[in-house]
Parts: sequence; structure tokens; C-alpha cells
Amino acid sequence: MADPVDGGGLSFKPLDQFEVKRLFGEGPIEWYTITNVTMWMAIAVACIVLLLVIGTSKRAVVPNRTQSVAETLYGFVYTMVEDVTGKDGIKYFPYIFTLFIFILFSNFLGLLPMSFTTTSHIAVTAILAFAVFFTVTIIGFVKNGAAFLGLFWVSSAPLALRPILAVIEVISYFVRPVSHSIRLAGNLMAGHAVLKVFAGFAQVGLIIAPVAILGVVAIYALEVLVSAIQAYVFTILTCVYLKDALHPSH
Amino acid sequence: MADTPVEAGAEASGAGMPQLDFSTFPNQIFWLLVTLVVIYLILSRVALPRIASVLAERQGTITNDIAAAEELKMRAQEAEAAYDQALLDARAEAAKIVADTKADIQAKLDVEMQKADAEIAAQTAESEKAIAEIQAGATEAVKAVAKDTAKEIVAALGGKADARTITAAINARMKG
Repeated sequence: MADPVDGGGLSFKPLDQFEVKRLFGEGPIEWYTITNVTMWMAIAVACIVLLLVIGTSKRAVVPNRTQSVAETLYGFVYTMVEDVTGKDGIKYFPYIFTLFIFILFSNFLGLLPMSFTTTSHIAVTAILAFAVFFTVTIIGFVKNGAAFLGLFWVSSAPLALRPILAVIEVISYFVRPVSHSIRLAGNLMAGHAVLKVFAGFAQVGLIIAPVAILGVVAIYALEVLVSAIQAYVFTILTCVYLKDALHPSH
Repeated sequence: MADTPVEAGAEASGAGMPQLDFSTFPNQIFWLLVTLVVIYLILSRVALPRIASVLAERQGTITNDIAAAEELKMRAQEAEAAYDQALLDARAEAAKIVADTKADIQAKLDVEMQKADAEIAAQTAESEKAIAEIQAGATEAVKAVAKDTAKEIVAALGGKADARTITAAINARMKG
């Protein structure tokens, strides 16, 4: 591509927004350093408290709007857990709801201009995914003992195929946390980077700028959708993995 | 232009994607764990039990209200039946009273009518008697006049009037 018309002023830095920075002072980022990650996670916690604790503090039988939203989210995740994992999965509902509400709020807060998207970092999503992976695996072995390995032994397949299928099942089982985490981080990172690229083009000329701004609006709308869908996908996959752990037989 | 953003991004973040800058991982992981634990505690201790109790309470209220509505409906139906019954009873009572009153009036009327008939019959008889008397009186008078007139006419014609013959003739005429 040729150089842009106004060459010098144009700069694309689509990845700057993902940088982890110290909030106070200078120096290296230690594990305890207060960074923008800390700040945006704290904002997410504050929003969650605002919605789910302050919003429901009236305990109204006829709910106001905030309480209604909180109840809808509760009902949504509760139904999902119950439908996918069955009655015995209900006791893991607070854990799943924690994941869902954290991802949902992090995704939406990341859509605010100048904000930092904690869930666009593989470090964060990998921890979430591995937490699910280990929890589910431990629950599987605790609940079913060695019978949990039946998950990898497809008893409905012909006997000759079973060892091959078992290998595939084992591989797919261990790939789960990887796909689980990269799906979330990748979606958010790509969307935010594309937004930034379009925003960069908005600096260029009279003809490209309006198109770029329209593009920003369209991508932003898409990102709103993606934020909710990725939170949903992460949660429902968690439920599916949990169901596998509770009922390993195919 | 395709190179520019990549270079710029690379320069800004030092080593390519910030996501792959492992020096920030401990920081992110630490704060993530803190956040998750805080959210989990808030949700499992406060928010979720509260929402669950609100939902249960609402469900209970709805169930109770439906039961109460059902009971009220039953009572309304009972009341309606009782009202209908009362209406029927009242109608029957009214019809009975009407019939009784009619019979009573009829009986009184009959008595009065008989009395009236008897009176009328008595008066008629009296009147007839009076008329008969008047008629008899009148016949006598006519007879007397006719006798006198006939005697005078016979005398005027030069005949000799025989009182007995004249009386007999007049009586015969009067009868005829």
C-alpha cells in the first residue's frame, strides 16, 4: 500500500490498549504492583456489587429495574446450569455465576473508550480456563473414581475403534482449556484491535474518515454482541465440562 | 503502511503483543485471583442467597395469591347460587301470594255478586208487582170509560142500553 496522504500524522497503535501499566510511580511490574489490571478488575467488582448487592438491597417482591436485571442474570445462569448439568450441578452454581459475571462485566467495561480489557489477556483467560479444567477434573475423579476414565472410552463405538477414539478423546480433553481460554482472549483482543485500526483510519482524509467512523460504529456494535456471547460461551462450556465430570458415561 | 502499525505496536510494547509479555503475568494472575475470590465471596455470601430468597418469596406470594383467588372465586360462585336460590324462592312466594289474593278477592266478589243479584231480583219483583197493579188499574179505568162511552153511543143512536150486554161485549173486546 502507498503511504497515506498525510503520512507523518498517521499512527496505528492497535495493541497499546492492551499494555499492563503501573498506576503509580515508576519501576518494574511485580506481582503485587497496583496496575491498570487491578483498577479495572476493581471497577468490575464495584459494578457487580452495585448490580447484585446494592441493586437487590430492597428485596422487593415487585422488583425495580436494577433488581430485575440482577434477577434475570441469576435466572439465566441458574437455568443454564440446571439444564446442562442437571440437579446435582446446582451446588456449583455460585462458582459458575462468578465466572460468568466476571467475564461479562470485564468484557463490557473493556468496551468503554480508554478502558483496559482484562479478559483480552491470555494470562487472565488461561487462569480462568485452567481453574475450570482442574476443578472439573478433580470433581470428576472425586465423584466417579476410576469410572471417570470412562469418559474417554466410547462404549457405543465398535471395539476396534475404541482405542483410537480414546486417544482422540484424551487429546481433546487436554486441549479444552487451551481453546477455552484462547477463544475468549482472542475474540476480545481481535475486536478491540480492529476497533483501534478503524479509529486510526478515521484520521485519514475526508473520504476515508466517514467510512472508518461508520466502521468503528459497526464493529463496536458487533463487539457488544461478542462481549455478551463470549461470556455466555465460556459459561456454557464450563457447564458442559462439569456435566462430563458429573456424568462421564456417554 | 502495512508495516507501520506493526512496527509502531512493537516499539510501544517492547516485545510484540502485550498479551505475550510474560513479565506482567504474575501481576495479572495475582489480581485475577484476588478479584475472583472477592466476587465469589460476595456472591455466595450475600447476593445469590438474597436473590434466591426474593425469587422464592415471589413464587410463594404468587402461589398464595392464586390459591386465594381460587377460594374467592369459589365463594363468589356459592354466593351466586345462594342468590339465585333466594330469587327463585322469592318468585315462588310472590306467585303464591298473588294466587291467594286472587282467590280471596274472587270469593268476596262472588258473595257480593250474589247479594247484589238477590237485591236486584227483589227489586225487580217489587217493580213488576207495581207495574201489574198499575196495569190492572188502567184496565179497570179503560173498562169503565168504554162502558160509559158505549152506553152513551147506544143511547144516542136511539137504542136502549142494556148495562149487562154492554159490559159483556166490552169484556169480550178487551180480551180480544
